[in-house]
Amino acid sequence: MSEDDAPGVADADIPDDVDVPEDVEPETMDSDVEESAKTVPRSVPLRVEGLRKEFGGITAVDGATFAVEEGSLTGLIGPNGAGKSTTFNCITGVHEADAGDVYFRGEEISGEQPHDIVERGLVRTFQIARQLGEMTVLENVMLAPGGQQGESITRSVLPGTRGRVVAQERELREKAWETLEFFELDHLATEYAGNLSGGQRKLLELARALMTDPSVLLLDEPFAGVNPTLEEKLLDRIHDLREQGLTFLLVEHDMDLIMQNCEHVIVMHQGRVLDEGPPERIKNNEEVIEAYLGGEV
Amino acid sequence: MSQTTTEDVLAPLRRAFANDAVKVAVMYIAIWVVFYAFGDHLGYGNSGILSLVRRVTFLAAVYGIVVLALNIQWGYAGLFNIGVAGFMAVGAYTVAMLSSPPAGSPPGLGLPLPIGVLGGILAATLVGLVAALPALRLKADYLAIVTVAISEIIRITYNSPAFSDVTGGARGFGNLPTSPVEALLLQDPTSPASEATSLGETVFSFAAEYGISQFAVINTLYTVGVLLVLLVVYLLLERAGKSPYGRVLKAIREDETAAQSLGKDTQNFKVRAFALGCGLMGLAGIVWFAMGPRASVTPQTFRPNITFYIFIALIIGGAGSNTGSVLGGALFASLLFEAPPMIRSIIQETFQVSANPGNLIEALIPIASGNLAPLGGFLLNNIDSLRFIGMGILLVVLIQRKPDGLLGARKETAAGVPLTADTRPDTGRADADAAAADGGETDE
Repeated sequence: MSEDDAPGVADADIPDDVDVPEDVEPETMDSDVEESAKTVPRSVPLRVEGLRKEFGGITAVDGATFAVEEGSLTGLIGPNGAGKSTTFNCITGVHEADAGDVYFRGEEISGEQPHDIVERGLVRTFQIARQLGEMTVLENVMLAPGGQQGESITRSVLPGTRGRVVAQERELREKAWETLEFFELDHLATEYAGNLSGGQRKLLELARALMTDPSVLLLDEPFAGVNPTLEEKLLDRIHDLREQGLTFLLVEHDMDLIMQNCEHVIVMHQGRVLDEGPPERIKNNEEVIEAYLGGEV
Repeated sequence: MSQTTTEDVLAPLRRAFANDAVKVAVMYIAIWVVFYAFGDHLGYGNSGILSLVRRVTFLAAVYGIVVLALNIQWGYAGLFNIGVAGFMAVGAYTVAMLSSPPAGSPPGLGLPLPIGVLGGILAATLVGLVAALPALRLKADYLAIVTVAISEIIRITYNSPAFSDVTGGARGFGNLPTSPVEALLLQDPTSPASEATSLGETVFSFAAEYGISQFAVINTLYTVGVLLVLLVVYLLLERAGKSPYGRVLKAIREDETAAQSLGKDTQNFKVRAFALGCGLMGLAGIVWFAMGPRASVTPQTFRPNITFYIFIALIIGGAGSNTGSVLGGALFASLLFEAPPMIRSIIQETFQVSANPGNLIEALIPIASGNLAPLGGFLLNNIDSLRFIGMGILLVVLIQRKPDGLLGARKETAAGVPLTADTRPDTGRADADAAAADGGETDE
């Protein structure tokens, strides 16, 4: 939805589907991905410049600068304490950055409230799943969509407008069921979210984020604590969604997973971007290996 | 065989009991039956039984209203407001100032009652907003401190001699507005003993046939009015709760950061919930204290202990459930305030307990010689104080054993459409939609 709201980047925008013959949308990682990335300039929905965040005496993010390309699956890696989660928090408005700018589709969003940023189409999930435990899975998913008329007390209460609220609720419920089926959570729909397993909570969190109708999703360690089968399932879903035109920025510690699935990898270390590029390049970067295996963490 | 038939008989009963309206009706009827039996056993006349049942109903209803108001704040949004008494005081004082006759002392403005009531609700809402705007940015514990402080500031301000020309100071606002029932039935509504209007004449003479006094009729009709207010507030909050609005409030209660990261302006939702709750607390203060059988607008009325009673009632009923709030209010008010004196009278009458020791020691010493009567007499005579100890024990047990509340469910679904069964549109199981439409919570 927000792709239309950004006139500045519209000309460079590559549509979701393979309408442009030159651009072969990558389904798996192969070498011509970088080729196409070089030949066809892709738009950059998310850009971070010189981001800086201090907590007391500790500088968690120290001038991070990077960009995420439209329709990409970009990995953000780095040792513990590298500032990945803080970067996420600064981008999504959970923390206010001390310096630096965040641009979303050409507009500066630094300092905006988290809910405003979500409305623009930039949505995140959390490292530790934040399920709403005493609400059912279906309620969790139905909470997310924006523009719900019934969020106004008067419209929910007054007889004249209640009918429209209920009609919209019925549509939402339908969409919620579709989303739950997509994530194979439909058998748990009436279960309380607090009763789900760790992996199911991660699925629910992604399902919920998706219901906000985002164009860029920031996933903070979506695979942590998820068993291999479910991890496979989650990855399949992410690839499906990417084919539908969504852009992903992914924090993950599993290097193999990042190298096999992401077309672009950003490495953070001590609050800075150490290196970025295609997985092949990152794999062979001495500094990166040093940061992960040795040096002070 | 016989077992299956009993199940067949019980199944529709159980289904009917899942319906919230039935639950509330059963609770009220049970209270009426129990207190009718109390009154009958103690040999009260028609008028006595009526006024006993009326007293219980009135307290149950006003508690229901204010517990519902607290439920939208604490049960739904998780806003820990322990200044309930203060917001009720604002409502009651404001309506008294606006609608009391200008001739009395302290003088009121003499405005029509509907304007006064509206003004009282608005004033409570505004005070709530003033408190909420800075305080809602704080964490729950700090919000609690701010609200209890505001409640005390309000009470002390009304108590202050500096404003006694307007508020009546420590003696309270003695010049209270007349209730709509009095205005309808009496020619001079300010004096309960005055001549009846033509409508009043009909009603009073009808009641007199059953030996019911004019005074009891007025109070009974007022109580029926309070029950109607309770019904309206309940329907209002039930709709507000079972909607996307209520869903966001619950999400804030569960995890505010998660709600924000799904695009909800949580601050806005919290302020609206707080203001709505405070306005309804003002309304409760008006119908409870500004007029009717318990009319008394003094600073002593609005001490913080009333806030804690309301919290206990909400916890008994189950925070997060509107039906539970009504049930909790009714159960609490009848159990704590009206049942103990009845039980005392009945026991004293049945067992002829006449011993009346002056203190606990005098009551305990005769136990050594096997005489339990003094202890029994002591407990019965001090039942007024002891019931609060009992309430405390009940609260501890409830929180430990049934944290979700005795009667309600914190997990009540918040949606404009039923979500309890498989409601998928394309599976042919959608008929479950209709079965769940009455709010049956079969999967609990």
